[in-house]
Amino acid sequence: MPPTLSALLQAAAPHPLDGTVARWLPVLVLLPLLGAVVNGAVALVRRPSSARHPLVTLVGPGVLLAAFALALQLFAAMRGAGTSLTAPFLVGGDVPWIRAGGLTLSFALQLDQLSMVMVLVITGVGSLIHLYSVGYMRDDAGYARYFAYLNLFVACMLVLVLGASYPLLFVGWEGVGLASYLLIGFWFTDPANARAGQKAFVVNRIGDAGFLAAMALLWSSAGTLDFAGVPTWLAAQGNAPVVTAVALLLLLACAGKSAQLPLYLWLPDAMAGPTPVSALIHAATMVTAGVYLVARSGALFAAAPVASLAVAAVGALTALYAATIALRQWDIKRVLAYSTVSQLGYMFIGVGVGAYTAGVFHLVTHAFFKALLFLGAGSVIHAMHHAYHHAHREDDPQDLRNMGGLGRHLPITATMMTVATLAIAGVPPLAGFFSKDEILASTLARAHGTPLASASLLGIPGSVVLQGVYAVGLITALLTAVYMTRMLVYAFFGANRSGEEARAALHEGSPIMVAPVVVLGVLTLAGGWLNLPALLPLGPVGVLDQWLAPVTGAASRQLGGAAHLPHDTEVILVGLAVAVALLGMGLGVWLTRHPVLPKAQAPEDRSLLARAYDADRWAERFVVAPVRRLAERVLADAVERGIDGAASASGRGVVAAARAAGRRLQDGDVGRYTWWLAGGAVVLVAILVVG
Amino acid sequence: MITESLVVSALLFAIGVVGVLTRRNAIILFMCVELMLNAVNLSFVALARLHGVAGHVFVVMVMTIAAAEAAVGLALVISVFRHFGTVDLPSLRSLRE
Repeated sequence: MPPTLSALLQAAAPHPLDGTVARWLPVLVLLPLLGAVVNGAVALVRRPSSARHPLVTLVGPGVLLAAFALALQLFAAMRGAGTSLTAPFLVGGDVPWIRAGGLTLSFALQLDQLSMVMVLVITGVGSLIHLYSVGYMRDDAGYARYFAYLNLFVACMLVLVLGASYPLLFVGWEGVGLASYLLIGFWFTDPANARAGQKAFVVNRIGDAGFLAAMALLWSSAGTLDFAGVPTWLAAQGNAPVVTAVALLLLLACAGKSAQLPLYLWLPDAMAGPTPVSALIHAATMVTAGVYLVARSGALFAAAPVASLAVAAVGALTALYAATIALRQWDIKRVLAYSTVSQLGYMFIGVGVGAYTAGVFHLVTHAFFKALLFLGAGSVIHAMHHAYHHAHREDDPQDLRNMGGLGRHLPITATMMTVATLAIAGVPPLAGFFSKDEILASTLARAHGTPLASASLLGIPGSVVLQGVYAVGLITALLTAVYMTRMLVYAFFGANRSGEEARAALHEGSPIMVAPVVVLGVLTLAGGWLNLPALLPLGPVGVLDQWLAPVTGAASRQLGGAAHLPHDTEVILVGLAVAVALLGMGLGVWLTRHPVLPKAQAPEDRSLLARAYDADRWAERFVVAPVRRLAERVLADAVERGIDGAASASGRGVVAAARAAGRRLQDGDVGRYTWWLAGGAVVLVAILVVG
Repeated sequence: MITESLVVSALLFAIGVVGVLTRRNAIILFMCVELMLNAVNLSFVALARLHGVAGHVFVVMVMTIAAAEAAVGLALVISVFRHFGTVDLPSLRSLRE
């Protein structure tokens, strides 16, 4: 039996972060939670009001900025502790939560290098998006409700990345799912939006079942659910099948939350929510929870190379699949949604091949440029919506066919979106180039002579799988450049298709919407410096890699050995990546050379890609409909006829018996009543005398 | 003296109970109930010699309540007679199906 967390805590030597600002770690979670409570109270009290409340404007983004400031303090403390920081810092291990049988759980939060990176992304990008929301949602009747949900989301997300055990992580996991559901269906008066929220919730439930099963299996075989206890168990267990089973179940959970095949279906529909929500939840943070979970469970996945290969394979397939769909979408947010699914696939490749740093690096850079893309798209939609409103037209403000030439009206947004597009396409020296290249290079580096390459997935040797994953990754990189360029050109270049009257009303949003976009643009430009390759003499090499080494280094080495590519190969790979990016952008420009008609005049696009392979219809026919039929059958036969029938029958029996007895007792015969009375008195006296 | 009083009281009470149980006329029933109350009164008065004045107080109380009860009860009997034309209890069984 591995030691419990509290035993570890008592036995632990003094931690280098003891007595520093790190003891305020719980405050980090409580700040956004406080914001959610205050904003929720305002929303409840001022229900019919459509005006935005100054308290909400102050508290909503305020708690996030405070949390970000605290996160920076924590980061400084960790930097101060330096290399002495090898174990996670634990707070709250003595606050009991669940005690059942042999299971003892506490509300322990843990801070280590991986959590720190996530916390900085969540609070940093979160702050920018909260500020942006002040401008974006200013005229919305649900202003306070919106910020209450958004604060709640951040609180749950922080629990997710700071929890020191799988169950506490799961609390955050479900909490962000709830916040996501509430925000997707934020404009719930349109039934389509409410349905999208439900869809996200139900599809995620399938993944959550995997998470619960993984925890049950882990508990029954390892006897621990703390992250700290897992390596001890693995050391005794070796490569037992149960380890692979736990890892594969966790993969199912991650596929649900991070929108991988086959559970990605909810994410494109999740775009029904307000655009800043898409930026924060469905691009930058929540959907990366799966990547975080794999990295967090690195020891587990490293002991199960088959599961790791499965992660990489699922990621590669998803990346390619979603990228092809994004080629033919007309809704600007749907392009970005499928792009997100595709980029999440990239991150899965990274963490799947054991290059945990590369996966997390791409997570961070993706958070920068995808948040930027979504906020930019939000600015575009905002401008288009107001322009059409001004022109009294009911056209679709999100459709690329209605845009065109927006660069002249929204110059800052257009510039920033171009930067982000170059980044996601993988043009150096922007953030996306470095992270994507590192994932691809790590994949190829592990294709020979590593434990990962000698494992096999479904009979296919690991080296073949890895080479396949690399090839798919490269093709996806090409497609990414194509569809992003297509989106950029249709939206911001060429002739405008919005219509004369609407065009005059197109303009950039308020400064509070422009500023976060610009900040994210700077981060997109500079994000690559977080983890520079040794190849290019640009600055300090592998900062993030060294930072994460105490958390993921061991697992990374266990899977990949001392995998390293020869210098010449690396140069060729970088050249190839740049060539692919430029070729893709050229293709994108070439594809968009013909002018398109505005949506209202264009024929409906019925191509297979525009219909997203009809995946929704297939899922409806082969999964949803059979399940629904089964549920109806169960409801009609087992529940209504069986259980309800039995309950009704037993109820009728009771009534009949009571009626028979009552009729006998109360028949209106006073003589009989007196006998009952006398008999009762005798019994009473007898009891008094005997007792 | 107390023993004799209690014996008389018990006899009176038993007569009352038997009357209530066996007679069919509502007014006779009432009189039997009064008999039982007065049997209890007799016990109270007798036992007051042993236990103090509280017994007397109870008797006054019982008599008051008995008077009220008789008033209500007789009113009911009159109503019953007006409605059914009889005060014979076994024939007042319209509750039965």
